[in-house]
Amino acid sequence: MKKTRYSKFAAILSVLVLVGLGALSLNQTVSAAAEGSIAGTVKFSGTAPHMRGIDMSKDPYCVKQHENSPVSLENIVVGSDGGLQNAVVYISEGLTGNEAATASNKPVFDQKGCQYIPHVLAMDANQEFQVITSDQTTHNIHPLPNAMTGNIPWNKSQPPGAPPIVTSWKTAEMISVKCNIHPWMHGYFAVVKGPYATSDKSGAYTIHGVPPGSYTVTAWQEELGTQTAKVTVAAGKPGSADFTFKGK
Amino acid sequence: MRSKSFLRCSWLMSAAAVVALSLCARAQLSTVQQQEWLNSPAATSHIGNLTGNAKAAASSYRRYCVGCHGEMGDGNGENTPWLDPKPRDFQLAVFKCRSTPTGTLPTDEDLFDTIGRGLDRSNMPIWNTLTKDERADLVAWIKHFSPRWQNEKAGTPIQIPAEPEVTPERVKAGQEVFGRVQCWKCHGVQGMANGPSASTLTDDLGRTILPYNFTDGSRPKCGSSDRDLYKIFMTGLDGTPMPSFADNIKPDEAWDLVFYLRTLQPHNAFNARERQIAKQLGLKPVNPQ
Repeated sequence: MKKTRYSKFAAILSVLVLVGLGALSLNQTVSAAAEGSIAGTVKFSGTAPHMRGIDMSKDPYCVKQHENSPVSLENIVVGSDGGLQNAVVYISEGLTGNEAATASNKPVFDQKGCQYIPHVLAMDANQEFQVITSDQTTHNIHPLPNAMTGNIPWNKSQPPGAPPIVTSWKTAEMISVKCNIHPWMHGYFAVVKGPYATSDKSGAYTIHGVPPGSYTVTAWQEELGTQTAKVTVAAGKPGSADFTFKGK
Repeated sequence: MRSKSFLRCSWLMSAAAVVALSLCARAQLSTVQQQEWLNSPAATSHIGNLTGNAKAAASSYRRYCVGCHGEMGDGNGENTPWLDPKPRDFQLAVFKCRSTPTGTLPTDEDLFDTIGRGLDRSNMPIWNTLTKDERADLVAWIKHFSPRWQNEKAGTPIQIPAEPEVTPERVKAGQEVFGRVQCWKCHGVQGMANGPSASTLTDDLGRTILPYNFTDGSRPKCGSSDRDLYKIFMTGLDGTPMPSFADNIKPDEAWDLVFYLRTLQPHNAFNARERQIAKQLGLKPVNPQ
């Protein structure tokens, strides 16, 4: 009788202690995740390849949007200081699941002036994103994932004024997306697992919401492939990794 | 000395055998999986009162289908190099003719209908020489090739309201839809498959593909009835440039568009009324802007 009472007490006590510890550790990871980050630059060395101009004469509307500003392909976009734009940087090893949840706002993929803005849209697997159109011409949005991976290809039209398409992808994959009506329109849905960032005009990027730890970080560029780096994030000390892709 | 070299030799040989075996195993992996899937619930089909059983279709697939669709259902049969359009890859399980939304698996009935209907302007004949039971079994067989049938359910068929009566107003409204969503970009203002984007179209695998020509008397690939036309543009033909318009054409408008599309076709079993109305209205092709 006495024994059972003791054990009951011990059980209750241990549950309480565990809950307390759990709450403490939970608190810690949350605040650490919000603080931690990995930042750096993605550069291109050598002569930037020539990007062919786009002939939009198939669709007079598209031509009109660029009367004073001719546009070129965006396969490799290099800034004046060698910064490589549209590279996606993400954590390829070391994810613990304690990373901050991806932002609740849905990344936007716009069809504007018969181009994709942005050219590469990065997102987390299962994160919702939206496809919108700002154009007064019909587009069809046709992502081409590998159907065997769990991401299923689809093809939807967006005439002028069409409502946004809100959807998500199941698994990490660099998904090519195109418009069949305007064959020059080609971009990517860069679906990764966990936090991510896309390099800007100067090649700079910052991945937010990374808790302290050791990681392998990968930079992906649609034509130049991938590069990896080892990064350590300490409490209050952001990690850093710079990448340089060599021209051919 | 001799025994030593013999030992070394046998060592090497067994190593080579292991490597060869493991290579074999990798190549055969898919077949092994497909063998497993043959015993899964997905390897049955249900079409109305018919129930198809994959195992019962093994011999008819080997006899009628394997030459084009291939042993492993990857569309790589011995005839494939000489075919255009290419045979369907059942492993990807991306199908043109569906009653289900874009990006979803077709229903058993959709696959059953495609086998019985054949695909016009392709090497896929009309297989109505096979009994309905044989076709139901083949549907089940097709489903054992792809992992998708293990992980996904068929999509929910789109709702098609009862077909309204054809009126001049509806034909005119249909033409407005044709202009608004810009069907003419590929199909051309007269439906002659000569729109500005027609010449650069490619399918999901990057192969040249042509839009449907309404004027040459050919049958649409996914069926000739009014309901079939409705389904084609409301679900899209997956794997091709033809998108789904379900988000941008309301069900009632969709019937209007069907009626207008009928006016583009030469006289056939389905369009006497629509052609008569177009003539009375003096309908001119849409103005591409």
